[in-house]
Amino acid sequence: MEKFKVLKAVAASLPLVNVDTDMIIPARFLKTIKRTGLGKSAFYAMRYDESGAERADFVLNNEPYRHAKILIAGDNFGCGSSREHAPWSLADFGLRCIIAPSFADIFYGNSFKNGILCITLPQADVDKLAAKASSGNTAGGEFTVDLESLTITAPDGGTVSFTLDGTKRTNLLQGLDDIGLTLQKVDKIASFEEKQRREQPWLTA
Amino acid sequence: MTQPTTLYDKLWNSHVVTTDEGGTSVLYIDLHLVHEVTSPQAFEGLRTAGRKVHAPAKTIAVPDHNVPTTADRLQVIKDPEGRLQLEMLESNCCDFGVPYIPMNDVRQGIVHIIGPEQGLTQPGKTIVCGDSHTSTHGALGALAFGIGTSEVEHVLATQTLVMKKAKNMRVVVDGKLPPGVTAKDLVLAIIGKMGTSGGTGHVIEFVGQAFTDLSMEGRMTVCNMTIEGGARAGLIAPDDKTFEYLKGRPYAPKGVAWEQAVAYWRTLKSDPDAAFDKEVHLAAEELVPYVTWGTSPEDALPITARVPDPKSFADPAKGAAAKRSLEYMDLKAGTPLDQIKVDKVFIGSCTNGRIEDMRAAAEVLKGRKVAPGVGVLIVPGSGLVKHQAEEEGLDEIFTAAGAEWREPGCSMCLGMNPDILKPGERCASTSNRNFEGRQGIGGRTHLVSPAMAAAAAITGHLTDVRKI
Ligand code: SF4
Repeated sequence: MEKFKVLKAVAASLPLVNVDTDMIIPARFLKTIKRTGLGKSAFYAMRYDESGAERADFVLNNEPYRHAKILIAGDNFGCGSSREHAPWSLADFGLRCIIAPSFADIFYGNSFKNGILCITLPQADVDKLAAKASSGNTAGGEFTVDLESLTITAPDGGTVSFTLDGTKRTNLLQGLDDIGLTLQKVDKIASFEEKQRREQPWLTA
Repeated sequence: MTQPTTLYDKLWNSHVVTTDEGGTSVLYIDLHLVHEVTSPQAFEGLRTAGRKVHAPAKTIAVPDHNVPTTADRLQVIKDPEGRLQLEMLESNCCDFGVPYIPMNDVRQGIVHIIGPEQGLTQPGKTIVCGDSHTSTHGALGALAFGIGTSEVEHVLATQTLVMKKAKNMRVVVDGKLPPGVTAKDLVLAIIGKMGTSGGTGHVIEFVGQAFTDLSMEGRMTVCNMTIEGGARAGLIAPDDKTFEYLKGRPYAPKGVAWEQAVAYWRTLKSDPDAAFDKEVHLAAEELVPYVTWGTSPEDALPITARVPDPKSFADPAKGAAAKRSLEYMDLKAGTPLDQIKVDKVFIGSCTNGRIEDMRAAAEVLKGRKVAPGVGVLIVPGSGLVKHQAEEEGLDEIFTAAGAEWREPGCSMCLGMNPDILKPGERCASTSNRNFEGRQGIGGRTHLVSPAMAAAAAITGHLTDVRKI
């Protein structure tokens, strides 16, 4: 997994609540057998009209936001399905960080596994960042997300701090492979299995 | 004295392999269900890293999302991408030694239907699948939740997951459900009350007579939709009904093992004074049949209500979402819900594709005709449900009424196989998600119970089933 330390990029604001996984990537695009290539289909229905042309009113279709690497979103972002195609499509589009008042649990976990940092902030902070991303003289400027200092710096220099689970932070900072780490504990897994075989024999009978 | 614990605490504690100082645990997984859509990249990951499947016998795969539901599906699957995913599942299972139920096997069906049906789903187990509706299996007292593809790969490689414990939440519904009110209405009412993020970060235990009175099928309907309330897992404590349901199923323990298992399963309940971080209460007697009007499962109201006015929402963000929903759904505020006309009716999915759901639909459709112009698709959740329904003559009731009776699969629950809504079409559906485009681009979904779906099929509009 790609390491995440400091991200300096344009942020786009998408202030909708309950953006679900079908909105992020509709089911018909799940037929791929690869992790890449889904970026062009991200937010498909919001992004393109019936003829497949880009909708001018969708934020990621406009300059400079089509180069955004940060998305400032609404409450309960990523609700619905477990499809990892959702973060795959966002990552393939180029997003590396999503900021929202809350995330759906499965989407949240899936994102970190793909090097996407999800930051949970109070609604008021999210609103402030969203305003700076899209209006006034800060619109379209670069934000800096620093995972080492756990801060977001807006184009006007204003800073917001955030918190993150220690394990998630370390894994992202170092780009660690979860499976490799767990396989180092294979002895513990084996002794768990041994104990379970003794205590709950019907599971393997 | 030991600290009183919840059912979730007990299930969690009994599966922790190890926990680090930060509170992140390695959790052992007893059963891993696999389907064709969320697994190809996971198997590919194993292959690239030169890893094998840790415990193939604790894994089982079945195709469901992509499979066509027409009788000719064994001869042709037209969609090349869907076909490739189905072929990949079969070859991956073969390469990695994972048990696989092929499409031509009578046991094939939606992964969450076949787990309990085969007796693979058992109280006390941890169960995962690359599918959010894995919450279904909690109806038998198993800790079951959906995972992403990276986690599918992790479970395949290690038979464990790395995660933090969730919080405890309890939904209490005391009293008896009135006649005509089903498990689906109950869960829609619960989600309407708690909202789609009300359960985020929690595991929900459903407690009270309304749930203990339900059949196992009804309990599965409730737990299935737990994820629509934001909680990854839902639980109902196992009881005699659970044991009765499981006894004699192919993978259920037998003989002495059965006795040992039941003795253990009886201990799986929350202690009387166990603490919950969050609670929601509803009174069963007050419930009526529910429908959804919008594009989020929390947009649920009694069938006797009207389409709400976006201006009536206290929270401006919810008001804006409601406005967007009504535009998408092409509905006007103030319209009585039972006047909304439908083009299609879909009865099936992992929410309502079990035998009891087929019976409920048949009871309403018996001796009646589908309204002119309405297309009705009835799709059993598995080959065994189909077989049982046909034994009982339900298929004849359906076809005599003018409905189509299909082969098992996810079908019109999601726009991924040939059964999809056309843009603008409106559907009364027994599935679990009314998201924009869920049943096909531009399709409009109203979530209902099987009896309510059948009632809509007859009248051509959303209908209070208690009136017919
Ligand atoms: S029936 Fe629908 S919700 Fe259930 S597993 Fe299939 S697609 Fe998912």
